[in-house]
Amino acid sequence: MGNSMLAYRVSLALPAWLTNLKDQFYVNFIAEDRYMYLAKGLWMTLKITFFAVILGIALGVVAAIIRSTHDKTVADMRPGFGRFILKLLNLIVKLYLTVIRGTPVVVQLMITYYIIFASSTNQVLVAVLAFGINSGAYVAEIIRSGIMSIDNGQFEAGRSLGFNYIQTMTYIIIPQALKNVLPALANEFIVLVKETSVSGYVGIMDLTRGGDVIRSRTFVAFMPLLAVAGIYLIIVIFFSKMVSILERRLRNSER
Amino acid sequence: MSADNKNNEVIISVRDLAKHYKSKKAEIHALDGITTDIRRGEVLVIIGPSGSGKSTFLRSLNLLERPSEGTITFEGVDITSPQTDINKLRQKMGMVFQHFNLFPHMTILENMTKAPRKLLGMSKADAEAKALELLARVGLEDRADAYPSQLSGGQKQRIAIVRALCMSPDVLLFDEPTSALDPEMVGEVLDVMKDLARSGMTMAVVTHEMGFAREVGTRVIFMDGGKIIEEGTPSEIFDNPQNERLQTFLAKVL
Repeated sequence: MGNSMLAYRVSLALPAWLTNLKDQFYVNFIAEDRYMYLAKGLWMTLKITFFAVILGIALGVVAAIIRSTHDKTVADMRPGFGRFILKLLNLIVKLYLTVIRGTPVVVQLMITYYIIFASSTNQVLVAVLAFGINSGAYVAEIIRSGIMSIDNGQFEAGRSLGFNYIQTMTYIIIPQALKNVLPALANEFIVLVKETSVSGYVGIMDLTRGGDVIRSRTFVAFMPLLAVAGIYLIIVIFFSKMVSILERRLRNSER
Repeated sequence: MSADNKNNEVIISVRDLAKHYKSKKAEIHALDGITTDIRRGEVLVIIGPSGSGKSTFLRSLNLLERPSEGTITFEGVDITSPQTDINKLRQKMGMVFQHFNLFPHMTILENMTKAPRKLLGMSKADAEAKALELLARVGLEDRADAYPSQLSGGQKQRIAIVRALCMSPDVLLFDEPTSALDPEMVGEVLDVMKDLARSGMTMAVVTHEMGFAREVGTRVIFMDGGKIIEEGTPSEIFDNPQNERLQTFLAKVL
C-alpha cells in the first residue's frame, strides 16, 4: 500500500523528496497509531534499563567489596573459618566475572529466558535479571578499581576511630570510590541503555523491536529505524548531561 | 613529672612484642622483643633512625599492625587475643597520622562527629557541641563547615587531633605528626600537643622533634633494629646518653 501511494505522489509537481518524507511520516507513525509501538517500546526500554541499573549497582558493589576485601586482607588473615569463607566468596565472584564478561549479552539473555526462566511469562523480570546480572560484572570491576584507588590511610583512619570493616567501607571508602569512578559508571549505563536493544531476541517489545514492527508493517525501513536511533541518542545525551551536572556538584562540594 | 607518674596505673603493657616479615631473601625483624609499660598521664616519646621499628611499634598498639609474637594489654584486656573486640578498644585509643588522613568527602564537623554519633550513639546536637568546643580549643571554630582540601597542613593536623579527641580516648597515639608539615606549621601542631600533655592526656608519640621530646616527654625510648636500646627521662637520654648508637643518633639529629 505504501509503495503505490509513493508512486502516485512522485508524479505531482511538488518537491518530490518533501512529499515523500511527509507521506512516509504519516504512514509510519500516524496511520493506525503506529507511533504507539515506539512509545510503548521506549517505556519498556526505560523500565528494563532502570531496574537493571539498580540490580547492576547492587551486585557490582557487593562483588567489588568481596574482591577488594580479599585482595587487601587475605594475606594478613589468620587461617580459619572467616578466611575460608572469604576465599570461597572471592572464587565465586571471580567465576561470575569471567563467565559474564566472557559471553555475549544476547546469549545470556536467551539462556535466562529459554532455560533458567523457561516457565516464567514475566518478560520484564527476565530482561531485568539478565541485563542487571550482566551489568553487575562490569560495575564490579569499575567499583573495585575505585576502592583500590583510595589511599590506605583513609582506611586506617576509619579503623583507628573504632569503625569496623563494614562501617569503614560504608562511611569512608565507598562514597569516595563511587565519586572517583562516576564517569566510568556513567559510561557503563550508557552502554546498558543501548544493550537492552537486543531484548527483541526473546520477544520483548522494546524500543528497537517497536521500530522493527513498524518497518514490517509498512515495508519502509528508513523512518522507523532512524526514529529509533534518534530516541536512543536523545536518551544518551540527556543522561550524559545529568551526569556531568552531578559530577560538577560533587566536585564543588570539596573545593 | 616522671616521679608523679610512677604511682599511676599502667594503661598499656607491652610484653616481648615481635613482628617478622618474610621477604624473598630473608626474614625481617621489624620488632624484636619490645617490653615496656605506658602509664596514665604519661607522654612517652619514641625516637630512633628510620627503619628502627618505631612506627611499627606504635601501630601495633592499636593493631593496625598485627604483631607476630608477644602480648599487648590495654586497660587489663589482652588486645592480641582473637576473642577481643578490637573495634571497641580502638574507640579508647585515638590515633594521629603523619598524613592527617582526614576524610575529604566530609566537612570538618562531619569528620569529627561521624564516629561519636555512629559508635557512641551521641545525638547530632551533642556531638556537634563537643566538636565545636574542641575546635575552639585549637582555634579553628570558624572552619567547621570547610572541607579538608580548604585547609593548610597545620590546620589539617590540628583537626585530626581533635577528631581523635571527639571519641574521648584514654590514650592518643601520634605517628610522626609533624613530619609531613611545612616547617612554619610544625609549631602550631606541637603547641596543641603540648596543651594536651599539660591537660593530663596519656600520649605515645613517634617523632623527630627532639625539642618536643625534651620539653614535653615524661619518658623517652630510643629504638634501633626493632629493639629498645635505651629508655629514660628526657634529661637522661639527651644529656647523658649511655649507648653508643644513641650517641651517634643524637650527634646527627641535634
